[in-house]
Amino acid sequence: MSADAREGRPALRHRLAERGVDRTTMLVLPGVAFLLVLFCYPFVYGLQLSFQPAEGGGPFANYRTFFEDPYLRETIWLTLRLAVPAALINCLAAVPVAFRTRGVFRGRRLVMTLLVMPITLGTVLTAQGLLGYLGANGWFNKILTGIGIIDQPLGLVHNYWGVLASLVISGFPFSYLLTLSYLTGIDPSLERAAATLGASRRQRFRHVLLPLLAPGLAITFCLSFVLAFAVFPSAQLVGDPRGSTHVISIEAYEAAFQQFDYPMGSAIAMIMAAVMLVVVALVLTWRSLLYRGATGGKG
Amino acid sequence: MAGTTGNVDTRDPLAPDGAAAGPHGGEEPARRRRFGRPVTWVTVLVFGLFFVNLAGVIGVPLVDSFGSRWFTTWLPEGWTTKWYGEAWDEFALGQVFWATALVSLLVVLLSVAIGVPAAYALARRSFPGKKLVLLLFLLPILAPPMTYGIPLATVLYKFHLAGSFTGVVLANLVPSVPFVVLTMTPFIEQIDPRIEAAARMCGAKTTAIFLRILAPLLVPGILAASVLVLVRTVGMFELTFLTAGPESQTLVVALYYAMFSAGIRTQQSIDAMAVMYMFSMLVLLVIALRFVNPTQLVTRVKEEQTEK
Repeated sequence: MSADAREGRPALRHRLAERGVDRTTMLVLPGVAFLLVLFCYPFVYGLQLSFQPAEGGGPFANYRTFFEDPYLRETIWLTLRLAVPAALINCLAAVPVAFRTRGVFRGRRLVMTLLVMPITLGTVLTAQGLLGYLGANGWFNKILTGIGIIDQPLGLVHNYWGVLASLVISGFPFSYLLTLSYLTGIDPSLERAAATLGASRRQRFRHVLLPLLAPGLAITFCLSFVLAFAVFPSAQLVGDPRGSTHVISIEAYEAAFQQFDYPMGSAIAMIMAAVMLVVVALVLTWRSLLYRGATGGKG
Repeated sequence: MAGTTGNVDTRDPLAPDGAAAGPHGGEEPARRRRFGRPVTWVTVLVFGLFFVNLAGVIGVPLVDSFGSRWFTTWLPEGWTTKWYGEAWDEFALGQVFWATALVSLLVVLLSVAIGVPAAYALARRSFPGKKLVLLLFLLPILAPPMTYGIPLATVLYKFHLAGSFTGVVLANLVPSVPFVVLTMTPFIEQIDPRIEAAARMCGAKTTAIFLRILAPLLVPGILAASVLVLVRTVGMFELTFLTAGPESQTLVVALYYAMFSAGIRTQQSIDAMAVMYMFSMLVLLVIALRFVNPTQLVTRVKEEQTEK
């Protein structure tokens, strides 16, 4: 400090403080250090572990095994087949509902509470409920046969449909709340201006609100997709974990913690992250082509 | 569709349109019916289906846990509460509840202790690399636990921390610390820094400023963040599942194992356990909703904006 002062420059501490680094800034360090150790380090460790296969055969042996074995390779497709429709359903259903409920109305709090409930109940409990509700003797099939829509109970659990239902139940509230917050972030005066110029409700939606909402919807889709892509408990419990819902996270878990082949487990986890990144990057590239100017609000 | 386009000319362009301000903005009823119908129908349908099915999903375990025998009828043959006692003994729920409470309280305390100072620094200072730090706090919340959980659990096993309370708490802190940081940063931003400056000018020492100025102002935010972390930790399946040993299972993980090894257990006692879990979550949820806005439970909204 004194050395700096002698050379006619302000002390290091002052120069740092000018750029915003002082003792208060240091308060961020414990949090950053914690995440570096428990979030970044495991990821790097997992990455390098995945290149050290347990049975030898060169650094890429794990990845080669994964892509050469059809049973393993299929998991990517099976997961995408669940996650993309689930994310699409959640996003598309959320738009009209958010649209209709953006104002203040009676019972808004109740609706919100009911919507938040599945998020807090979690996937395990949802799975337990779905097993009973959608089962062959469950209420759902009873109602449908009662009305006369179907003669035979539908097989909805222990297959693809049960998992999709569970993904929609746990994912819809999430994408709804997200869409709602994007929608309420759009300045109402933009819509009012369009109305003044004679735009009908449909035109206002199509030409004013939708373009402003689209970037938000892209983010909503990405997040719902990522959540659905990592599906694990419901695929095990309501799905058919050896067949149609043999998703990638099941394979990663079993490799790492049942066969104790940590390198293989890490390799699968890395593949999982890579597939997610590819899909998210695609959606975000599309998003960057959209108008993202001022919405007048927070969006 | 033809009807809508035909309508454009007939309206008075200068009439203040309530619809723009919201669906209940005092629109004339006839017009609302003509325009709002498809949206209303879709909304009612989506909401209706969602809630009916949700009620079914919640109702089935609830009814089953109180029923004596239930096979193919609409409702069980008789009613009983004995499954609750059986579940309590069979799954050692005393131990499980204790583990759940211990893990969640430790996670709440530690994440507040690490997260609030970081949030303070982020709210009050702008420094080089701040964007990077924000990204670091954002990623663990956005990434699904299963993706980073597997490498994390591998590392924890390597250091012999997994399988114990320490491992479970450490793993659960990974999404909780950023969560506290990101909910507390906007909260601290809206506390006027001039209050602290004024206190300093009046001769208060740093500790005094912290204890007598900041702490009372921070309490509501910390409470809200803690309740949310509590709800998320009790409900967190993946991370706890990957790191828990037999002694450190939380309720949701115990429920998963009970369901996974179903067949050797009676369905009703698993349902009784599910209902106990559901009930504790509901209590927490009701408490949480007294403090916070539901969109905060989803968390990711505010962060999106910080990033842009």
